[in-house]
Amino acid sequence: MASQTSTPLEYSTKQNEMNILGFWIFLGAEIVLFSTLFATYFVLEQSHAGGPTQGDLFILKDVLIETFLLLTSSFTMGLAIHQMRDNNKSAMLVWTILTLLLGLGFLYFEINEFIHYVHEGLTMQTSAFGSAFFTLLGTHGLHVSLGIGWVVLLIIQVLRRGITAVTARKFFIVSLYWHFLDVVWIFIFTFVYLKGMM
Amino acid sequence: MKLDEFFVTGDPLILGSQIAIGLTMVGLVVLITYLKKWKWLWNEWFTTVDHKKIGIMYIIAGVLMFFRGGVDGLMMKAQTSRPNMEFLDAQHYDEVFTTHGVVMILFMAMPMLIGIINVVMPLQIGARDVAFPKLNALSFWTFFVGAMLFNISFVIGGSPDAGWTSYFPLAGKEFSPDVGNNYYAIALQIAGIGTLASGINFIVTILKMRAPGMKLLKMPMFTWTTLVTSVLIVAAFPILTVALALMTLDRIFGAHFFTVAAGGDPMLWLNLFWLWGHPEVYIVVLPAFGMFSEVIATFSRKNLFGYVTMVVSIVAIAFLSMLVWVHHFYTMGNSAAVNSVFSITTMMIAIPTGVKIFNWLFTMRKGRIQFSNAMLWALAFIPCFTIGGVTGVMLAMAAADYQYHNTMFLVAHFHYVLIPGVVFAVFAGLYYWWPKMFGFKLNEKIGKWHFWLFVIGFNLTFMPMFFVGLDGMSRRMYTYSESTGWGAWLGVSAVGGLILAAGFAALVYNIYWSFRYASRDIGGDPWDARTLEWATASPVQEYNFAVIPEVTDHDEFWKMKKEGRNTLKKEDVKDIHMPSNSGIPIIFSVAIGIVGFFLVFEWNTLAAIFSVGIIAGLIANSFDYDDGYHIPAKKVWETERKWRGDL
Repeated sequence: MASQTSTPLEYSTKQNEMNILGFWIFLGAEIVLFSTLFATYFVLEQSHAGGPTQGDLFILKDVLIETFLLLTSSFTMGLAIHQMRDNNKSAMLVWTILTLLLGLGFLYFEINEFIHYVHEGLTMQTSAFGSAFFTLLGTHGLHVSLGIGWVVLLIIQVLRRGITAVTARKFFIVSLYWHFLDVVWIFIFTFVYLKGMM
Repeated sequence: MKLDEFFVTGDPLILGSQIAIGLTMVGLVVLITYLKKWKWLWNEWFTTVDHKKIGIMYIIAGVLMFFRGGVDGLMMKAQTSRPNMEFLDAQHYDEVFTTHGVVMILFMAMPMLIGIINVVMPLQIGARDVAFPKLNALSFWTFFVGAMLFNISFVIGGSPDAGWTSYFPLAGKEFSPDVGNNYYAIALQIAGIGTLASGINFIVTILKMRAPGMKLLKMPMFTWTTLVTSVLIVAAFPILTVALALMTLDRIFGAHFFTVAAGGDPMLWLNLFWLWGHPEVYIVVLPAFGMFSEVIATFSRKNLFGYVTMVVSIVAIAFLSMLVWVHHFYTMGNSAAVNSVFSITTMMIAIPTGVKIFNWLFTMRKGRIQFSNAMLWALAFIPCFTIGGVTGVMLAMAAADYQYHNTMFLVAHFHYVLIPGVVFAVFAGLYYWWPKMFGFKLNEKIGKWHFWLFVIGFNLTFMPMFFVGLDGMSRRMYTYSESTGWGAWLGVSAVGGLILAAGFAALVYNIYWSFRYASRDIGGDPWDARTLEWATASPVQEYNFAVIPEVTDHDEFWKMKKEGRNTLKKEDVKDIHMPSNSGIPIIFSVAIGIVGFFLVFEWNTLAAIFSVGIIAGLIANSFDYDDGYHIPAKKVWETERKWRGDL
């Protein structure tokens, strides 16, 4: 049905168009939010106050696993949207659930990583670096957690209602959100981890 | 925490307020119950998603906050009216100037402007509502909950006392251990969410919901300023969100962003605060410029002079406003090169602003000016605001700023910018659009009292501050000795404050008088105005436009009247889709407010437990599939016949 028209289902009504545009603008605000957190981190990254430094803490292997999980989840989310446009509900849900699992895997490794840092003696209260690091990473992690909860709600709605103009729009929006978190992670990976290990 | 620590005790002024607040609350509850109005309040107001009603609620909140902030201001004026005055002690004075600033900027200016935008902007573009009506209600309720949380601080727990800018290290835990500054961080955060949502909502509304034919460069000027202000909100408010979150983490969770001991940097706070704070000034002043543009064009009976240059100036001001934040701390350790750059960007703002002033003057030139109350405010705005602007250019010079920095000269300057720029505009806007909101005009004669008392009082209050400032009086001084020689100036200033207050009282009396006695028979277009909002009934029908108009000109309604197109054919009227009311925004916001209250007192476990309420609200909203309802064409036709009369 959806594939017969040139406009994707999620853009099929005026209200849907507006919701999607509104979400893009919201992502603009999110860019400002994360930019501010990055700027804060750059100002404070050398303020260790005698506590552990980036070089003492970061382990490339763990970070690479997290990166791999999150980037792959973005890919599977893309596949889910592709299936949604083909009106293939079960395939869409399979890819979505895989996305969720990859997201949960990312969170698992990130929480482990945080526990490791706390054992090494870096908490939010240790130094300005610790505060800035945990706030930037924590804000991203919190976004991922919220995203997982959000996707779960949408899976329930798609199971109940099928792929309609409204559920398709909601799903498309959550996919934008998910890809955005992926982009933020690329910046974290580059400017926090790689830069910190150099 | 013991009960006597929970409530602020020991000060007769505050005890009086506690009793007054308690009695007022009980009185209101009793009155509403007695009149059996709870259901009406809930159905018509608390759960409404109608942009006009939401706008009116914003304006009511703004007027109340104006009173609160005004009382703070009068208390400061009383304390400094004579040398060695002992009306307020230093601590109380600190609290009063802090809450005065926060309340006036965030809880008075912002809701007044967002309220008027809410009422007017969708009408100006020929839309039936904003893009996201339920989100709009959420914006209002989060703002309102944030404002209320901030306002209870002075009776429960203690007010913030580190200035509206809350600079670290003073605002940190070490020097301000009380809960006052927690109130600042949390209440502003909650209100900020609402503002950001409004910004997004207005952008989408303007980009997607304009009537057919209304190209961007055919939009009324007030709509243009709303669009640009909304973009600024989206660009600037997330910075405040982060800054306040970091403050919260520092104060409540022991982080070290701004505390020097563990490597933090207090200047980081200043930079983040003013990266938001300076654009914020333009967020409040741009819509005000838009209102003056509408009022001046209408009452000069001419179209706006230099429309395109107006648009270009607004965009230029908005762009430059993001590049000037360092001018708030020239004296705090920047290199000369940095100060020079920010000096130049600051002075550059005077250029587009000057363009606008001349455009308004040229709009009036050879016009047939009608001295209605709305127009009087616009006329008073131009000279008063120019004084504010010129002193702003003086302050922009970094070298000279070492003399002016943090003196009363600065305080006088920003009051000369913000009061003519925002408050005069809000008054102009209220007099102008009042009939659209309520179906009657405010009385012109009482309005003249309001105008003259306020404008004279304003100049008497703030002009002397320039002189004591140049004479070396720094801001936020709670007392001074006789030998300074400032007593006479500040005495005059205090008298001015009383006249200002009398002006405000005249406004309140005018609202009361007009509500009771003013004529309701004013038609849709009492000012013979130019833009589309006047093509509707007064007060506006709930669906705004029976038929969405086709737009061909800036001053579309003026043209419609000239060409006789302002009529309605029965066959054009169709069923109209409307969004349903929703209780989710108010309940959700109250949940946020409760969590915020617990966080203020650092009862983190309780806050965590009640956060479940916030998450429940998000889930409930996700499953809310209400599609709204339709008003049948027949009913629309009847409503239209009733107010148009001649169909």
